Amino acid sequence: MTTATQTAAAGSLSGGAALLTLMKLRTFIALFAVIIFFSIFAPNFLSTANMILMSKHATQNAFLAIGMTFVIITGGIDLSVGSIVGLCGMIAGGLIMYGVALPLGYTAYFNVFEVALIVAVVGILIGAVNGLLITKLNVAPFIATLGTLYVARGMALLYSDGQTLPNLTGREDLGNQGFSYLGSGTILGLPVSVWILIVVALGAAYFARFVPLGRHIFAVGGNERAARMSGIRVNRVKMFVYMFSGFCAAIVGLIISSELMASHPATGTNLELNAIAAAVLGGTSMSGGRGTIGGTIIGAFVIGILSDGLVMMGVSSFWQMVIKGLVIIVAVVVDQAQRRLQQRVTLMQLAKAG
Amino acid sequence: MDDVILELKDITKAYSGIVALKKANLKLHRGAVNVLVGENGAGKSTMMRIIAGVERPTLGEIFLDGERIELSSPADAVRHGIGIVFQELNLFGNLSVAENIFATREITRGLRGIDHKAQVEKANEFLNRLEAGISAETLAEDLPIGQQQLVEIARAVSLDTRILIMDEPTSALSAAEVDVLFRVIADLKTRGVAIVYISHRLEELMRIGDYITVLKDGEITGHALVKDIDTRWIVRSMIGSDAKDFAKPVEHEPGEEVFRTEDICLPRAQGGYAVDHVSLGVRRGEILGIYGLMGAGRSELFECIMGRHAHSSGKVFVEGEELKGRDTTRRIREGLALIPEDRQREGLVQSMSIADNLSMASLGQFVRAGFHIDLKREKNAILEAIRSLSIKARNPEFDVTSMSGGNQQKVVIGKALMTGPKVLLMDEPSRGIDVGAKADVFRTMRRLAGEGLAILFSTSDLEEVMALSDRIAVMSNGRLVTVVDRRDATEEMIVSASAEGHKTRRMHA
Repeated sequence: MTTATQTAAAGSLSGGAALLTLMKLRTFIALFAVIIFFSIFAPNFLSTANMILMSKHATQNAFLAIGMTFVIITGGIDLSVGSIVGLCGMIAGGLIMYGVALPLGYTAYFNVFEVALIVAVVGILIGAVNGLLITKLNVAPFIATLGTLYVARGMALLYSDGQTLPNLTGREDLGNQGFSYLGSGTILGLPVSVWILIVVALGAAYFARFVPLGRHIFAVGGNERAARMSGIRVNRVKMFVYMFSGFCAAIVGLIISSELMASHPATGTNLELNAIAAAVLGGTSMSGGRGTIGGTIIGAFVIGILSDGLVMMGVSSFWQMVIKGLVIIVAVVVDQAQRRLQQRVTLMQLAKAG
Repeated sequence: MDDVILELKDITKAYSGIVALKKANLKLHRGAVNVLVGENGAGKSTMMRIIAGVERPTLGEIFLDGERIELSSPADAVRHGIGIVFQELNLFGNLSVAENIFATREITRGLRGIDHKAQVEKANEFLNRLEAGISAETLAEDLPIGQQQLVEIARAVSLDTRILIMDEPTSALSAAEVDVLFRVIADLKTRGVAIVYISHRLEELMRIGDYITVLKDGEITGHALVKDIDTRWIVRSMIGSDAKDFAKPVEHEPGEEVFRTEDICLPRAQGGYAVDHVSLGVRRGEILGIYGLMGAGRSELFECIMGRHAHSSGKVFVEGEELKGRDTTRRIREGLALIPEDRQREGLVQSMSIADNLSMASLGQFVRAGFHIDLKREKNAILEAIRSLSIKARNPEFDVTSMSGGNQQKVVIGKALMTGPKVLLMDEPSRGIDVGAKADVFRTMRRLAGEGLAILFSTSDLEEVMALSDRIAVMSNGRLVTVVDRRDATEEMIVSASAEGHKTRRMHA
């Protein structure tokens, strides 16, 4: 009887290991699954034009998801990114259309590059507000960023009284033309926004592996007390991740308003949820400590391809929401199952060795 | 045998990093006091938590009255008639004694809700049987600890249990209360209840025990009838033949003083001091052992030194210079390092690999051009640490939780050493690790001292402090009672000094 139970245990152990590998590769599997599925069922899915369009959509999610990944790895959450997208888009539009009215009756206009810089700084500053609320005032990340979500959205609406700022072409005499390049330009056939994503993603991945502050993100999320005891400046790490998340949101705000050549204050509503979904789908653990930039990018593409593919198949947008929700839930369930399985496998090994 | 009520067969329980129970077998007898003894960390509490359904065994089976049962929750255990009085009190302080006793099985009157009057009446019945002198209407938090313990026992008794587990029930009781408890136990015995009694007080066990089981490092090392044995047998089974392997002192003369604290104070929230004006010094290459009971303020002292408490006061000197930085980051930079007592909560980042845990505190050393970590240099340093501490890591990229507790402890030590400290603070460095790893840790401490590091370590193990220290400091109730050279120290002296600060309070064993 003992031999029987032992072989059974050994069998379940190796079976568990195989299952574990399968679970670890789930994001890749999901990506291939959606690509194969839609290339069969959605007409024109594999056409170049569609590929470029989809990659542009996925890019927007991916930017936010990169920032979100760092935040979630520290054990936090940033709900404000969608609103930051909206506010930053409005500021970009406003700067191009109206400039900044200085008190002396003189209006300052900025060229496109300066506008982008200012908008990025605004995004970082909103992130810094989140960070300060969380580190200095001890507000739970969920609440702090929920607050800034409303404040930023409200400010975006106030900025133009809810109106869209149309035709951001700029004026030749003010030297602020060319805003459309960010959203519609291409380099070597690929959209500029995709190139920016590649740069930001590589930068973030480099940062997570080769820069001490990046490594500390993982330590803080894995065990904040231990990180603090090891001399890691936990508050500095948290400030950084929220500021970076704000920066990523500002980029998306710029790209969207540039693509549409218009700024609408409701832009980016609910995008934070797509970003969280992408990060989670990519294997980022909501309890902190684990996650990769690569996984998140794949996750963002899965979600992007999923929603575009469903549109092409003519699935109603109501059903799209249901399907997206289910995919996210399944992703988290599988993540939890993987964690439990992993724990069991190691404990069994330990128990046997001990 | 027919009087066996509960049997554990080949129970193994593994936590991340440590195997708490290894194929343990236990038989509990009806109408008898089944005593369980063992050192701290031997696995007694784990075993009881398994019987009470709080934890589930990793491997193994449980039989009740010869039938196999699954205990997957405390409610399961209660249904099978298993009650437990935990070591830590589990009362709801904001509820009355009666409400505590009847929690989860309130006496109700249909839709009219809880019948408080009936509950109080019945609760008083149980309390009177215990001669507790407690009114069932008082709030639990208004009772002194000893009486709270009696309430716990009353609750367990009220459950009509067939198996009652008591985890160190007398640790907070006065002599008179202990007598009452023993009468209650005798009464329960005559009714056929199987009692599991865990305690460190050997004379108590000899007085009321019928069967005795000894645990050591998660394994059962002895099982006998109490009437057949004496306390010497218990001690022998508890400690075992392999006496602790303490590293031989490396003979070398300590150098000049490199570390000094002056008047370290940490106020306690309830008034008084957790650390009370502690001044001490350590010389280069010296091991200073700080002995003290639980709550003596050793951990708090270390935390103050590391700048963990913003409202602590006092000065810390390294190599004659006062440290200005008041946070942990700067203290580490200035040459201090701490191995925390609670490895899981404060030492390790469980989600990271062995390598990442080792290097997390010292990443700044491998940086080029201001921000770029040289992975090769980092890896070499990690491998060097693994080699010099003889950490058993098959692959440094594996999760740190895949290792045994002893190796995890070595990782924490390695992390601290990689910051290049001049003074190493070790809070209970041998807690929760197996004998072999302990010997390794002790050897490492000796070697580091030989290399000129100043080491402060705290322990509540007398044998350890005597064997490892060059000088011994005794703390009690936040105060530094005495510092003696090891050559002049005796065990009696240290034990009596460690009780110094508690003179006005009731003593615990």
